[in-house]
Amino acid sequence: MKLVIIKYNAGNIQSVLYALERIGVEAAVTDDVQQIQSADKIIFPGVGEASTAMDYLKERGLDTVIKNLQQPVLGICLGMQLMCKHSEENDTDCLGIFEEPVKKFVNPPQGPAVKIPQIGWNNIYDLKTSLFKGIEENQFCYFVHGYYAALGQHTIATTNYIHPYSAALQKDNFYGVQFHPEKSATVGEQMIKNFIEL
Amino acid sequence: MLTKRIIPCLDIKDGRTVKGINFENIRDAGDPVELGALYAAQGADELVFLDITATVEKRKTLSELVNKIAHKINIPFTVGGGISSVEDVSVLLQNGADKISTNTSAFKNPQLINDLAKQFGSQCVVLAIDTKKEDDGEWYVYLNGGRTKTTTKCFDWAKQAVDLGAGEILLTSMNNDGTKQGFALDITQQLSTNLPVPIIASGGGGTMQHFKEVFQDAQADAALAASIFHFKEIGIQDLKRYLHNQQIPVRLWEK
Repeated sequence: MKLVIIKYNAGNIQSVLYALERIGVEAAVTDDVQQIQSADKIIFPGVGEASTAMDYLKERGLDTVIKNLQQPVLGICLGMQLMCKHSEENDTDCLGIFEEPVKKFVNPPQGPAVKIPQIGWNNIYDLKTSLFKGIEENQFCYFVHGYYAALGQHTIATTNYIHPYSAALQKDNFYGVQFHPEKSATVGEQMIKNFIEL
Repeated sequence: MLTKRIIPCLDIKDGRTVKGINFENIRDAGDPVELGALYAAQGADELVFLDITATVEKRKTLSELVNKIAHKINIPFTVGGGISSVEDVSVLLQNGADKISTNTSAFKNPQLINDLAKQFGSQCVVLAIDTKKEDDGEWYVYLNGGRTKTTTKCFDWAKQAVDLGAGEILLTSMNNDGTKQGFALDITQQLSTNLPVPIIASGGGGTMQHFKEVFQDAQADAALAASIFHFKEIGIQDLKRYLHNQQIPVRLWEK
């Protein structure tokens, strides 16, 4: 099996690579279109800012390449948000795979204020699809984000911070997770294994 | 629900984990890679790994050690000690660190925080502050591992750092550190309720109740400790079960 991690100007690639290594899977890190298109599975990671990342992808034609992939693709964090239609982060048009909009966390006018971005471990529930095979409801994953994808028809996992939102999305061959499976202890490792076995 | 984090801290000197009392009298506490992996397996939510001699001896944090830890650890970890440039951080992140912490260098050159946040994002910039309550009842910033006093108040510096782009604050009370008499609740609460970023309380945690107090009374987002974990005085799983029973949200560890 050939696994590719898409290389672009958004961090955390190393962590994803090490997490794969821990479960005994090799991966190539590349922005080469042919290598991406010929891979069996693709991970689209990302930590950073939406508009800068989209500009980078567009300059290299990777936006069109990613949208048209037929094999399983897993977006992580910013990667997942970029797979949505639009992000409020610098009013950015994204890849449009998922219709769910990406919005900024805002504290409600009443009630205690929470910290934004959300940083830390939160539970995920209403788990759907085999990405969560063997994972019980309300297990904890590690999140770091100030923007979130709203709930919608493609939601396959939910988390609550201020309000419920999409912890994971899926449409056809495309999967996205808001949290960092590569940093979510054994629960995250199980999800990465599940993705590899899709 | 977002949970409160328990963070074991691994102070590193010459590649070994050490722990001093009131920043002095350093004792050996084992191999940091093994300890880190053990804590991750026991349900630690994050690790902090500080090269405590780095600033004083002008050494760079051992990026090789960071790399070894990154290969083995499946939870987030922060690296600090002697970080004074964007280049230092770049090397550590490339070696697998998730976040970096900066202390003295950032105080001397606050622009560093801004540069780091712009280059790598606020989420990986942790500002560490060593603070001490003086006779006038005010908390002041100390530098160089607690050796150098400044006239800047802790809250003022914390606020400035957050405005510059610091994503979290690791607050160590020198009055409490190593005493096992409890965390500094007043300054922790002041920062946590007035600043929009997570506050990691450090220094003084000696009993499970101290952790409850710092979360419940001082609204800390995370609590950090070293020796009580290294010397197995408190087990991470036991601590989390206790906090859970006290209605404090924690990530319970399921096998």
